[in-house]
Amino acid sequence: MFAFAYAMVPIYDVFCDITGFNGTTGRVNSEQQYEVDENRKVDVSFFAMTMGGFPVQFGPKVSSMTIVPGKFYTASYIAKNNTDQTVIGQAIPSVAPTDAALYFKKLECFCFNRQVFKPHEEVEMTLRFVVEPELDKRIKDISLSYNFFKLEK
Amino acid sequence: MTTATATATHEDHHHGPESGLMRWIKTTNHKDIGTLYLWFSFTMLLIGGAFAMAIRAELLQPGLQLMEPQFFNQLTTMHGLIMVFGAIMPAFVGLGNWLIPMMVGAPDMALPRMNNWSFWILPFAGAILLSTFFMEGGAPAFGWTFYAPLSTTFAPDSTDFFIFAVHLLGFSSIMGAINIIATVLNMRAPDMKLMDMPLFVWTWLITSFLLIGAMPVLAGAVTMMLTDRNFGTSFFDATGGGDPVLFQHIFWFFGHPEVYIMILPAFGVVSHIIPTFARKPLFGYSSMVYATASIAFLSYIVWAHHMFLTGMPVAGELYFMYATMLIAVPTGVKVFNWISTMWRGSMSFEAPMLWAVSFVFLFTIGGFSGLMLGIAPADIQYHDTYFVVAHFHYVLVTGALWSIIAAVFYWLPKWTGKMYNEKLAKVHFWWAVISVNVLFFPQHFLGLAGMPRRIPDYSLQFADFNFVSSIGGFAFGASFILLTYIVIDCIRNGAPAKARPWEGAKGLEWTLEPKAQYHSFSTPPSRKLIEQESQHS
Repeated sequence: MFAFAYAMVPIYDVFCDITGFNGTTGRVNSEQQYEVDENRKVDVSFFAMTMGGFPVQFGPKVSSMTIVPGKFYTASYIAKNNTDQTVIGQAIPSVAPTDAALYFKKLECFCFNRQVFKPHEEVEMTLRFVVEPELDKRIKDISLSYNFFKLEK
Repeated sequence: MTTATATATHEDHHHGPESGLMRWIKTTNHKDIGTLYLWFSFTMLLIGGAFAMAIRAELLQPGLQLMEPQFFNQLTTMHGLIMVFGAIMPAFVGLGNWLIPMMVGAPDMALPRMNNWSFWILPFAGAILLSTFFMEGGAPAFGWTFYAPLSTTFAPDSTDFFIFAVHLLGFSSIMGAINIIATVLNMRAPDMKLMDMPLFVWTWLITSFLLIGAMPVLAGAVTMMLTDRNFGTSFFDATGGGDPVLFQHIFWFFGHPEVYIMILPAFGVVSHIIPTFARKPLFGYSSMVYATASIAFLSYIVWAHHMFLTGMPVAGELYFMYATMLIAVPTGVKVFNWISTMWRGSMSFEAPMLWAVSFVFLFTIGGFSGLMLGIAPADIQYHDTYFVVAHFHYVLVTGALWSIIAAVFYWLPKWTGKMYNEKLAKVHFWWAVISVNVLFFPQHFLGLAGMPRRIPDYSLQFADFNFVSSIGGFAFGASFILLTYIVIDCIRNGAPAKARPWEGAKGLEWTLEPKAQYHSFSTPPSRKLIEQESQHS
């Protein structure tokens, strides 16, 4: 059972990937074609947070957009390092409601890699995403939030 | 086993207990070790109780009067840890040590030296845990559930001592559980079938499997914490690809079976006392056994009902909600069996029976508030409020602790050969049962009104109920002074007890001498005796 506690770590990762449990977002590798219903609209809101005294100002460029499931969109976040030091950070995404997380897929995202912010640098970071049409019809609003953590090195 | 050890135990066998302090340090006798466990857990109960008194004193009035919030958090954390790991669990292991060999007609525990070791780890673990109060940064202050990242990134250095103490407590519990399984399965009288075993033995056997399953998971969780804190891993750190919610899954995968570890032996105790004082055989013996086993199984598959607010898909919430509700079925079977046992019995209300009957009533209140908390949408309101505090104190204080006190009064004559003062015991019971309700019942109202738990201050509308609760708390705390007196008075000046002090009592332990001899059942009991003393009709 001691080993089982450790086995829960990868099991949990796989479980979250498959089910979207805990707001884990998925990834797609190319711009695949989905069946698109142009009349269906979903609002996506963007949120930003920083943790543990992360010294970089960070927020979405537009706070929300209306999208059609099955189409790819690009959204961007602005980050400004107000300090004299280089800051390295990692963004952790989360999608609410959790039932939408499974269908929220990203083609590219600044959260895939650690980000380096040079002193007083302002950068625009993008993500390209799609909400798959299999999304439950009752869900009309999705929130995507990023939490930036400082990496020590 | 080497021949040398075998000879050594063989010699002990004939000479009786050693004299002086070394008797207790070197003992391998199940009765001595049971006594040690019980006194240790009683000491821990008083220490944990003192923390509770300080908590209630701070909560007597709104505002901060007595202590810094950080110290308040240390007190709530240590109160929980000491009561769970220091008081309730060792008390049941102590009862198990004392009673199981006598109940199954065995001469001693199967692994007596390991038994000695599993006890003597405890005082050190307890001392390490308590010593954190005197360290820089103070004791752990993140609650007994020690959620990451509060317990990893933001915790004081003393947390590493806490981790070590939890490891030690886990070792002790696992060894105790192995010992009980080995005793019940290998040392049972040859003529006693599994379905002849008294329910206390059954519930402890099942609890042992829960302990062996759950404690290593806790050890895994604290080991991950240890490496996260000191060796650069990121199991629970989102920046390194870990996940703090994972901690809660691992913790509650241990934590839910843990709550049944603390209540199943209590069910066993009550299943002995109620038939005795109702002077009827236990109603539905085999359904009791199956209900215990079902509760144990279900306890492993409901853990996330502690985590409804972590953001779970609706399907997950539904599953954990319904699985939780399912536990009410076998628990209901037990409650109805106890009531049916009392139905038309010739009941008398000596102290153990008073504690047992109030256990059934008050534990059921705690069970129902648990069902309320298990309703996922309602839990959004109840989560982390005093309603939760009221719930788990009803199941752990008026549940687990009640059964322990009942067991102490019930078997004290067998342990000491003397009777306790029945009149004082009744005064103590009514004092405790009234004050405990004054203490915990208003906390339901506080919780429903939205008072959060683990906060040293509160807004004004909660003042009245908190005042009442604190007064009940002080009265309940004081009742333990009387309990201590009754037990010591019984040991010192009690009137001699009969071998079977309770008229309706059945069980092999009552066939022994009034004060159970140091070595009992050197020869196994006969089939006839086992049948005569069995709990079935």
